[in-house]
Amino acid sequence: MPNHEEVLNELKAQFGDKIQNSKLDIDTLIVDVESGDAVYDILNYLKTNSALKLDFLTTLCGLHFPNQTGEELGVMYQVKNLISGYSLRLKSYFPISNPKIKSVTSLFPSANWMERQEYDFYGIEFEGHPDLRRILNEDDMDYFPMRKEYRLEDATRDDKEDKYFGR
Amino acid sequence: MNQLDKFKTEQIESFQGEGFMVTKFSEAIGLARANSLWPLPFATSCCGIEFMSTMGPNYDLARFGSERLSFSPRQADMLMVMGTISKKMGPILKKVYEQMAEPRWVIAVGACASSGGIFDTYSVLQGIDRVIPVDVYVPGCPPRPEQIIEGVIKIQELSKSESIRRREMPEYKRLLETYNID
Repeated sequence: MPNHEEVLNELKAQFGDKIQNSKLDIDTLIVDVESGDAVYDILNYLKTNSALKLDFLTTLCGLHFPNQTGEELGVMYQVKNLISGYSLRLKSYFPISNPKIKSVTSLFPSANWMERQEYDFYGIEFEGHPDLRRILNEDDMDYFPMRKEYRLEDATRDDKEDKYFGR
Repeated sequence: MNQLDKFKTEQIESFQGEGFMVTKFSEAIGLARANSLWPLPFATSCCGIEFMSTMGPNYDLARFGSERLSFSPRQADMLMVMGTISKKMGPILKKVYEQMAEPRWVIAVGACASSGGIFDTYSVLQGIDRVIPVDVYVPGCPPRPEQIIEGVIKIQELSKSESIRRREMPEYKRLLETYNID
């Protein structure tokens, strides 16, 4: 099992400024990386590196922090080596006005549907994705429901007026 | 019990004498329809599990003439929607309803099918009556099999009392128009 510090130092040596912050959370290394193509390059490196061989994409999900000006949206990737059990998390943030990141579908075919889901819920555009369209919600939906500016409740429901409950 | 005794127990309007019984065509057809409703189960969640129990030997919906489930909408009389219907499922439910032949009845079983239930969220249809007309609502989360049976009995009462050509009634046509169904 690789040491967290060694992994971080190796990433810093390879990618320099593209590695921004890092922290350890419940024995998992979390690394913040630059937006753009950096995530793709780092995941490619982690997958092909013979010592680490993080070649299984456990999960991928969208993030929305409305108060982080200029870095409102993000994507989290978790990769794992199924033999040693070592896993690593990468996060990359970008502005909500230009929500674009390079797709990792060519590295991990399993990312295809996961990226479609994050496009569906957050409107993140994965550049280079072969078929980026909504996957869970109806096709004619005109907003991205998991973004925090939208209410979770259904806007068409009309039985929740206070007059029905005597409030 | 022979057929004549069965007519007597159902207490339909009739004139009876020795060895014969005369009744209205509509009463006889209503009786036949009410006692052979073929349900189409549209089960998406836990209410569907209650329905399985309703069909099983303990509660035995077959006692009320709904022995045969019809998994083809074309041969079904009664659409039973049981469970949460998401907005993406809405058009599919409508298509199933449109494929049913008249006369057709709809039961919304459970809170989710009736009103969206606890799923007050962007992805869930807030009651199936937003896409298709509903005849009977069964409350509960999920309802017990007895409640589902009561819902079916209500449909039986409807099918006995309604005009046998409901589809030609102007009210019915207007109702379908509001749902854009022809």
